Amino acid sequence: MASINDYTQQLAELRPKLVTFTMLQIPDRNYAEDLVQDSIIAAIESIDKYEGKAAFETWVYSILKYKLIDYIRHKKREQERFVSDENDVDIDSFFNNKAHWNVDDTPQQWHNPEELHLRTHFWEVFDFCLLHLPSSTARVFALRELMEMETEEICDSLGISEQNCWTILHRARLKLRSCLERGWFLKTGESA
Amino acid sequence: MKSCIQATYLMSKQLDTQLTLLEKMSLRMHLFMCGNCNLCNDQLTTMHDLCSQRITDIHLKGRDKE
Repeated sequence: MASINDYTQQLAELRPKLVTFTMLQIPDRNYAEDLVQDSIIAAIESIDKYEGKAAFETWVYSILKYKLIDYIRHKKREQERFVSDENDVDIDSFFNNKAHWNVDDTPQQWHNPEELHLRTHFWEVFDFCLLHLPSSTARVFALRELMEMETEEICDSLGISEQNCWTILHRARLKLRSCLERGWFLKTGESA
Repeated sequence: MKSCIQATYLMSKQLDTQLTLLEKMSLRMHLFMCGNCNLCNDQLTTMHDLCSQRITDIHLKGRDKE
């Protein structure tokens, strides 16, 4: 059985990763760090409830996830307007004027990361790509794909229509696809 | 449906909600004819599946270190 010191040590090591994960939802670093701090305190306070069934990290992530969802629901009550970013290179640039794929942007064959050590590197590139999306686009994507919220709930908490949500996700996925292809899939294909 | 951009919209949407019958049919027709979109469809699904594995990966990596 691990001691409280072991857990504190693990939490300290986990902290930077928790902050990065949180900043996908809350771009303000101070807020993000506060929320992570809250989650760590909650984890320490309820350490006796940790039954060791899930891995410790997974357990801490689940605490953070609830805190984040709580925060996002709260934000809604403050009626902060969600502003969608439109002023960056749009996905239209992937297609020609007949709305077919441009030669330079056609999807290439991918070598999927089957092994864990490959996926670890894959996630680094993935985070880089995600953080380079416009912030509101990245936020919707992270809520949907990393927090696994339904679009209905995302729209509701951000005050946007479901139609708008699907458009944002469409944009996010195509941009990520392109970024991952250039940054990871083609490179690993070359070295394989 | 003739355009690839519209097809990619439906590919993305089907990861979030059930498509209408008409949407399903027009997507299927387009994928039948378009190799690029077929590849894109597989890739968007791969991204979606990988994301749901993220937390498990964090856990596995943590266990590897022990």
